[in-house]
Amino acid sequence: MALNLRRNPGFWQRLDIASRMTFPAASILFGILVLGLPTILPMQGALRPAFVLVSVFFWSLYRPSSLPAPVLALLGLCLDLVGVSPLGVWPVILLLLHALVVQSRRLLVSQGFFMVWLAFIVIAAAACWADWAVQSLLMLRLLPIDASLFQWAVTIGLYPILAAGLIRAHRGAAAPELA
Amino acid sequence: MLRLSIPVRQALSRLTLPVMLLVSLGLVLIGRADQGLAGRLRISINDWLAPAYQAVSAPLSALARSGGTLGDLFRLEADNARLRVENDELRRWQSVALGLEAQNEALKSQLHYVPTPTPNFFTARVVADLDGVYARSVLVATPDGAGNVTGAIAMDGRGLVGRVVESGDRSARVLLITDLNSRIPVSIGTGNERALMIGNNDGTPALKYWSPGQPPADGAMVLTSAVGGIFPPGLPVGFVHYDSDNQPVVVPLAQLDQLVVLRLFDYGPAAQPSLSKPVPRVPGQHR
Repeated sequence: MALNLRRNPGFWQRLDIASRMTFPAASILFGILVLGLPTILPMQGALRPAFVLVSVFFWSLYRPSSLPAPVLALLGLCLDLVGVSPLGVWPVILLLLHALVVQSRRLLVSQGFFMVWLAFIVIAAAACWADWAVQSLLMLRLLPIDASLFQWAVTIGLYPILAAGLIRAHRGAAAPELA
Repeated sequence: MLRLSIPVRQALSRLTLPVMLLVSLGLVLIGRADQGLAGRLRISINDWLAPAYQAVSAPLSALARSGGTLGDLFRLEADNARLRVENDELRRWQSVALGLEAQNEALKSQLHYVPTPTPNFFTARVVADLDGVYARSVLVATPDGAGNVTGAIAMDGRGLVGRVVESGDRSARVLLITDLNSRIPVSIGTGNERALMIGNNDGTPALKYWSPGQPPADGAMVLTSAVGGIFPPGLPVGFVHYDSDNQPVVVPLAQLDQLVVLRLFDYGPAAQPSLSKPVPRVPGQHR
């Protein structure tokens, strides 16, 4: 497989590599839009940021190069526009999350599933709290804290469900070395 | 493609994150300074998304309906019995309503009552759920030629749903009555006691600022009030209920968690009295 990468790839192979590289960002954008469809699932308002947080955490940990900072900022902006939050809140949270995960990557990447989940629980708490604090500050009012706790619970509950699919994607559809 | 040496490229890649972070923080400031910017961006993205959402959500709702049909087959007999009882009850109410209507007409003719004009309305399909963690709103696809419908009142078949806050060429965003930013003047019960219905992010908005000593009665009907000039009076909103903290809340009539089609009533600027204009004083009136 490593040999494949070294030789000069043809057009189709380059297209394949490109599509594999863009898989994480494309899947997150797709998720943001699909979770906007009316009444397909309960509690969609909390599910959308939860899906984005889990995905960004996962890809930042296992394939950071496929989520460059400008792409993350754009995804955050989409989330702000679709999820009716003040402009710029989610780009900042996603970029900070990405930076934090990339910093602690060496420590985390060799750990088993449960340790990674535990780390995610802590990071998700920080992200949900930051979301609550920043939005409260920007709207100049105390937002309901229970909504933020609910958001956190949905996010950490979603991780194992989503991770099962993401791990398969990481080894299959999103792996550039398989192209 | 630009050929850069590896150290330069590494330095650049290390810089993108802080730069993007600064850009995002700048965006927060810009969004704070220009409150309309987020709205305009949202309208343009929604106008672009609405047709796509509409194309996808129509078969989805059809699927949900046909799934319901299959389940309904097994409950036909029980449903029929229930509907027969309900029909008898409704027939009784119909005769009461007809009697009251006749009485109402008679009273109006005695009083030279000037009827309020019927507002324009059109139906719009809910195409997307724009809920956030701290926001409750839906996106509706507006028909061609609807124009700017900002301020239009949205109702489902049963009661008040909310108000259009942003409107584009093909879509409009309806702020639900349960949103944190929703403040609706209401009148309660037959005595038309005034209060403010305040959205609190869950299914039952709170009732505040009712006249002291006259707490809203449990089960009383809540209607919109014309105070403030935004809503027309008398639209059904819900019922008064006391929650576990013994605070009055409104149980909305509208099914806010499964909105499919909304009626948007455009009362237009004529129906909204200007607040800056003083109320004309009738000569000879002393107060």
